[in-house]
Amino acid sequence: MRLFEIGAFAVRGLTANKMRSGLTTLGILIGVASVILLIAVGNGASSAVQQSIAGLGTNILTISPQRAQPGSSAKPLTTADAAALVSPDSPDVKYASPVVSAQATAGYGSTSYAINQFIGSDPHYFETTNSAVAQGNLFSDNDVQQARKVVVIGATVATQLFPGTDPVGKSMLVNNIPFTVVGVLAAKGSSGLQDADDMAVAPLTTTQNALTGYGSLTQIVVQARSADALPNAQAQVTTILNGRHKITGTTADYRILSQDQLLTARTATTETFTVLLASVAAISLLVGGIGITNIMLVTVTERIREIGIRKAVGAPRSSILGQFLIEATLLSLFGGALGVAAGMIGSQFTIAGIKPVLVPSSVLLAFAVSALIGLFFGSYPASRAAKLRPIEALRHE
Amino acid sequence: MSPVIEVRNLRKTYGAGDTAVHALRGLDLTVEKGEYIAIMGASGSGKSTLLNILGCLDVPTSGKYLLDGIDTGEFDEEQLSLLRNRKIGFVFQSFNLVPRTTALANVELPLVYAGVRRAQRRERALAALELVGLKERTHHKPNELSGGQQQRVAIARALVTSPAIVLADEPTGNLDTESSREVLGILDRLNASGRTVVLITHEDEVAAHAMRTVRVVDGRVAGVLV
Ligand SMILES: Nc1ncnc2c1ncn2[C@@H]1O[C@H](COP(=O)(O)OP(=O)(O)OP(=O)(O)O)[C@@H](O)[C@H]1O
Ligand SMILES: [Mg+2]
Repeated sequence: MRLFEIGAFAVRGLTANKMRSGLTTLGILIGVASVILLIAVGNGASSAVQQSIAGLGTNILTISPQRAQPGSSAKPLTTADAAALVSPDSPDVKYASPVVSAQATAGYGSTSYAINQFIGSDPHYFETTNSAVAQGNLFSDNDVQQARKVVVIGATVATQLFPGTDPVGKSMLVNNIPFTVVGVLAAKGSSGLQDADDMAVAPLTTTQNALTGYGSLTQIVVQARSADALPNAQAQVTTILNGRHKITGTTADYRILSQDQLLTARTATTETFTVLLASVAAISLLVGGIGITNIMLVTVTERIREIGIRKAVGAPRSSILGQFLIEATLLSLFGGALGVAAGMIGSQFTIAGIKPVLVPSSVLLAFAVSALIGLFFGSYPASRAAKLRPIEALRHE
Repeated sequence: MSPVIEVRNLRKTYGAGDTAVHALRGLDLTVEKGEYIAIMGASGSGKSTLLNILGCLDVPTSGKYLLDGIDTGEFDEEQLSLLRNRKIGFVFQSFNLVPRTTALANVELPLVYAGVRRAQRRERALAALELVGLKERTHHKPNELSGGQQQRVAIARALVTSPAIVLADEPTGNLDTESSREVLGILDRLNASGRTVVLITHEDEVAAHAMRTVRVVDGRVAGVLV
């Protein structure tokens, strides 16, 4: 008896009950597709965060104030500190922008919107953070000196507050103080966990006047001359600040973070997120697997009588095993392939603001696991049934 | 020449201990080549058990069964399936056709397992279907056939391999008088063409077709009526 004949039986078995074959395929499809998609979403989220941090540039140092030990006097970070960082003593520092930030409520006409980050800084801040202007202009050093009430808004703020109108030149109220919108920044997109476009930037002086007061700066953002000069710049900044803040020991009242360190910290959080999604995926693979198991068991069980008939007319055990093995293989491969296709198509769409990024190994894993489950639970009960005496199989209820 | 079926001291026990059922208790039977035998007996007397063992669908607990002179007790499962395929045609009371599969494919089934080539397979299956008068129904599926037609397909499947013996367990049990007459007519013709036929029945009219009737009582042969 040739393999071809057994294969023909298998194909006929599958087409004879299209509903059953279809459901089995669907079960495998869903299992495979959901795993691929979930892992792709997790991966997409973490790579989006990495990209947004990397987008800031690798030659950036962020200095933020840090409470020193209790009892010791902590000096605030000041505009003078920022100005002092650009000096002949620090040849590797290109710019040092003082930054203050606060949350603010903005209003235009009858709409109002809570801006997540209202930032006060100087014009270098835009270059340092890779922010390009999409409409209008950035503000100038002169605006900062004159403390003009001008503001550059992010894309999200523009769409929320000025739907359908050009914001440039309009006057919007920030905490009831009128600001003139001079420019709109190009959209950066969501970084997975936080919207990078939900912000506005105004001159430092204006922001301190209107919103934050003249306390400590939130940050000083330092741009080094190049990525290679970053370690030198960090050393120079440390020396200058230690001198200004009279720090001798190891407990400084400020903290310097390089982009690398920031990246490492953020990556750790998104990795947790990916692990979380992967475990959800693993559970759905398990549930999918149980579904496949179930339908395969039912499929074989309801055909034990057929197995009995075949044995009664003289089918050897090997041919029955072969038939069910081929059936299970075809279903698993077909369902798995459709699942991979569905997962890949699904990952082309943006899901919950996250652009999924396929992980090739997850495709392989999902496919292999469901195919093996389908194969095992399709052929194991069949092999047990094939071992029955014909009369036992025929009497099976 | 040796008899086609020779059974000696056949015993079959289902289960064990207190709940054990002794379906066959030392049964002897000899069937010569070309005979037509009816097996009768009360319900639960062990007729089906006997026929299943004769058809190699089941194995006895003890005793000897020689089919065409070969001791089946020494056969393993693989050889038994070969025996079922080549030497035995079995007809069930409940037809037992493969569902959702055409009459032709059902009749071809034993030939596929016998390794007969496609063209020859088709030819022989069509001939068998013609013999049972179902040439027009070859592409119907079991659920598109009447009970009598299904049973005739089952008989065609049993005889398509030209087996040494045809065994039938109450083949007319589920059929009306007209269909029964047709089925019995086919079995008569099979026997007339030299094939050995053993059938189980509860009806004297059916048994009247046979050359002799074997009466089974409590798992033993009680008497042979000629
Ligand atoms: N698989 C089984 N497990 C346990 N007991 C069984 C099994 N098959 C048959 N028996 C028992 O064996 C005995 C003989 O059964 P068998 O089917 O041979 O009777 P039968 O003569 O064919 O009866 P009927 O005329 O009703 O078909 C009965 O008592 C039955 O209960
Ligand atoms: Mg019976």
